Amino acid sequence: MAVSIHLPAILAPLADGARVVDLDGRTVGAAVQALTDRYPNLAPRLIDERGEQYPFVAIYLNDDDIRLVGGFDATVQDGDELSIVPAVAGG
Amino acid sequence: MTTTLSPTPNETVTRTTRAPAPHQLFCPRCQLTFEAAPQALCSTCLGPVQPVYANDGHPSRDELERRPRTLWRYAEWLPFAEPPVVARSVGFTPLVEAPRLAHELGVARVWIKNDSVSHPSLSFKDRVVATALNAAHAFGLTTVGCASTGNLANAVAAAAAAAGLPAWIFVPADLEPAKIVGTTVYGPHLVRVRGTYDDVNRLCSQIADRFEWGIVNVNLRAYYGEGSKTVGFEIVDQLGWRFPNAVIAPMAGGSLVTKLHKAFGEFARAGLADGEQPRIYGAQANGCAPIVRFIQSNARSLTPERPHTIARSLAIGSPADALTARAAILQSGGWAHAVTDEELVLGIRRLAETSGVFTETAGGVTVAAAYALAQQGRLRPSDEVVLCITGNGLKTPDAVASALETAPEIAPRLSAVEALVAAAA
Repeated sequence: MAVSIHLPAILAPLADGARVVDLDGRTVGAAVQALTDRYPNLAPRLIDERGEQYPFVAIYLNDDDIRLVGGFDATVQDGDELSIVPAVAGG
Repeated sequence: MTTTLSPTPNETVTRTTRAPAPHQLFCPRCQLTFEAAPQALCSTCLGPVQPVYANDGHPSRDELERRPRTLWRYAEWLPFAEPPVVARSVGFTPLVEAPRLAHELGVARVWIKNDSVSHPSLSFKDRVVATALNAAHAFGLTTVGCASTGNLANAVAAAAAAAGLPAWIFVPADLEPAKIVGTTVYGPHLVRVRGTYDDVNRLCSQIADRFEWGIVNVNLRAYYGEGSKTVGFEIVDQLGWRFPNAVIAPMAGGSLVTKLHKAFGEFARAGLADGEQPRIYGAQANGCAPIVRFIQSNARSLTPERPHTIARSLAIGSPADALTARAAILQSGGWAHAVTDEELVLGIRRLAETSGVFTETAGGVTVAAAYALAQQGRLRPSDEVVLCITGNGLKTPDAVASALETAPEIAPRLSAVEALVAAAA
């Protein structure tokens, strides 16, 4: 499945300056793996040492926090957007 | 007759060109120091940074008491090396003793830290906006904004208007009408976003990247958050330089309880208050209680929730300060509790009926949690307790209106009043 991953400005330097990366993957985890295969320096800022989501980023599959829809196992569809944003949430 | 208001010919508006010189920023995980900047995150680990404070001498109690009664009284603990240039009249809200509430809770004494009357926008968010807008001024950010569940929107709109700054404010589209009015009246760009607060917050992270704006709770967050400490400073100051035994506060993102714990620690280290620091209790609504469940379950990581509660000001399903909130609460010897929507409405009513303070839904959560914690035996008969009442009831009147009796309507006859009085006896 073709998905686009949107990166925040703070992570762009680790992706050769890219803010949007088009990739393939059947699941969120596969898409993230494809992203870190292309840009290995991103890996520690997306996946922690236990293979779980890095705690200081939030990952959205379209408008859903992936933790609410299956995490890295969530399936993706053609045209889906993954948004990675720093985990800052509070008014 | 003219329908516009115009200044008289001799009126001028001056703006100071001083800058409040914000402090450098520090990442405690990476042990890295960064220059002062509108950047809330460590560029290495992406975790939150915090302002650096020098370990110089601190003012005495007498010196502090001589200072003006605003939150800037505690300047040595706020992240600026120079006096503020905007939002100078914020803080030092009343600390009101509530003996009838104390009796109902079965504790020795209760005070209400009453930010429901905070100037200018009737919630504790005026504090964090005060620090954030001074940071914005220092960084030359001429447009400010926020993501908000309502109170922050009001506070940013009010402070920006007073400072003459344009503001872009983003809220969930279905926000309570009173909070929409309480923002729009100040003339900002208010945008209603279809979705939850978490959707709004995600959007504002992207907005902060895209535009050179000071989004107070995103890229200015390091300076913004420090404003919350002043609730704790004032509690100690107003109690005569001592700690209460317990403080109960609502939790949305988790920043307030985190900063309360930080504030009490800072005043203890400065020798301004002796003895045991307060136990901190955090309160949420059952329909959105990710931090409470994180604490009560002792889980390794937080499980986000989809909010479903009338306590809209606390409806943050993915709070990023949950880790620090949990640490603050557990290190202090406190706990956390979630209440139902029915209980929070009762909490609003009991606070009003025992103490003459009308709070919004977040305050109802706090009061209802106090009753529950007392029933659980977590509040002791000897305890002196402070409830942090963070917003005004007129912002969420619909939450409690349906639970109130309809006032009788009578003809203008004395006999009708006599009948009512007799029935009430």
